[in-house]
Amino acid sequence: MDATATIDTADRSGHRAGPAIPPAALQAIDVSFSYPPSDGRTTNPPVLEQLSLTVRPGEFVALVGANGSGKSTLLRLLAGLLPPTAGRIEVGGERLTAPDRRIGLVFQEPRLLPWRSVIDNVAFPLELAGWPIAGRRARAREMLDLVGLEGVDDERPHRLSGGMRQRAAIARALALEPGILLLDEPFSALDALTRERFNVALQEIWRQTGTSVVLVTHSIAEAIFLADQVLVLARAAAGIVGRIEIPFARPRLLGELDAADVSGLAATVRELLEIDDGGAR
Amino acid sequence: MSVDRSAIGGPAARRSGRGAVLAVVAGAALLVGWKLLTVIGGYPPFVLPPPELVAARFVGAWADGTMLPHTVTTLEEVLLGFTVGASAALVVGYALARSTLIEEAFSPYLVAAQATPILALAPLIALWFGSGILSKVVICSLIVFFPVAISTMVGVRSVDGQLLELCRALRASRRQILIRVEVPGALPSIFGGLRVGVTLAVVGAIIGEWAGGDTGLGVLINLARGSLFDTPLLFATLATIAIVGVSLYVLVVVIEGRLVGDRD
Repeated sequence: MDATATIDTADRSGHRAGPAIPPAALQAIDVSFSYPPSDGRTTNPPVLEQLSLTVRPGEFVALVGANGSGKSTLLRLLAGLLPPTAGRIEVGGERLTAPDRRIGLVFQEPRLLPWRSVIDNVAFPLELAGWPIAGRRARAREMLDLVGLEGVDDERPHRLSGGMRQRAAIARALALEPGILLLDEPFSALDALTRERFNVALQEIWRQTGTSVVLVTHSIAEAIFLADQVLVLARAAAGIVGRIEIPFARPRLLGELDAADVSGLAATVRELLEIDDGGAR
Repeated sequence: MSVDRSAIGGPAARRSGRGAVLAVVAGAALLVGWKLLTVIGGYPPFVLPPPELVAARFVGAWADGTMLPHTVTTLEEVLLGFTVGASAALVVGYALARSTLIEEAFSPYLVAAQATPILALAPLIALWFGSGILSKVVICSLIVFFPVAISTMVGVRSVDGQLLELCRALRASRRQILIRVEVPGALPSIFGGLRVGVTLAVVGAIIGEWAGGDTGLGVLINLARGSLFDTPLLFATLATIAIVGVSLYVLVVVIEGRLVGDRD
């Protein structure tokens, strides 16, 4: 994929009219969470406490925070994999109590089934949803094209590079056309150059699908490059300590990462992270 | 983008070809050693027959129809016993893997049952179930059960928890998780148990036939060493049992190759 390819701008987010995906707003309202106690303890300290966030339809939100700040836990709550101990998660105004077909999730690891071909992995959610075989293979192939994976349909995952496997995982998450895509540091295992290329590819996928995205990342540069809104998550369950709107037009190019205003935004995010880090000590 | 195709038809195929050659060479060396032993030791044929005499008796027993009905009987017992024992073991192994309660309640008894020699139980089983095929099937099932149950338990437990979380995120039902993830994920381990189980099933059938029966390769061994006093036939029967065991093992390996396939 060409890292510097430019794409025509359609609206503020640069979205083209994608397939019939109803973008669903996602909200966390006063959400707290503690893991169930173990080892004889009566309670565990909270991982998240009274956290609220809103993801607007079609918006790209990045969550940054230090290790242990609960980013991945928050993503699992947003995916319906964990129930909040207090507060609620809403998708399109409805309370989320379990995983929902309107939400797609990409984990830090590709989690492809090693005994299935790439195309059968991408078709896996469709198979679970009861799609007929012809329909799901056609959709899976469409999704593989969307993420730029061609000619590997019948390969087993272990024959692909790490980046290709992660693309296949994104294709799988998009197969059921979710209104919301949750990404848990999907590119953390990739080298810096590949990661930059994948960020451009992800922006393009997002523009084509019109899906709302929540991206958990450690990389401030990645968050600023991709997101409409960067949320800084506090250490020690203090919730969100900063909310930074990213004003850049779409499509964004890699060169913009060197611009002075990008550096200014990065400094703001870093400052929020450092303040929080100091407060925790 | 790159795809690793280096493993296709490469070193693995070469290793397989080299393995076949080595097996033939080792077999030939064994036969030569056996022949030398009979020549140097000067043993009479009723103690240690030379390989060519055993080969002639083997061909003769198959040609005159002595071996076939016994082999068919033993094969029936093995296949039935293996199927029953392995099927029960798959269910119990899964239950052991997924229920701590069941594991804690039954594991000690399973291990105790495995530690009890089947040779000691065989006469009792023949007493309870008669000298027909049923007692042999029971013995085969019992001997197959433990390795398959344990390998199933280990295999199901070794299924990547991250894949199970993925299934939850994709709203998979319990049945879908079982059929599409847990069973395929556990297959390599399950087949490890089936490989052991199928060879043990042959041993079980022979033990069952010794404990009581009219036909079968175990019965033929008894006849050959007893009333017939035909040691070359005894060796030919042992060779047939070995061929049955190896053939069934290879069959399991072939099925394993088809079902497990190419995975990391």
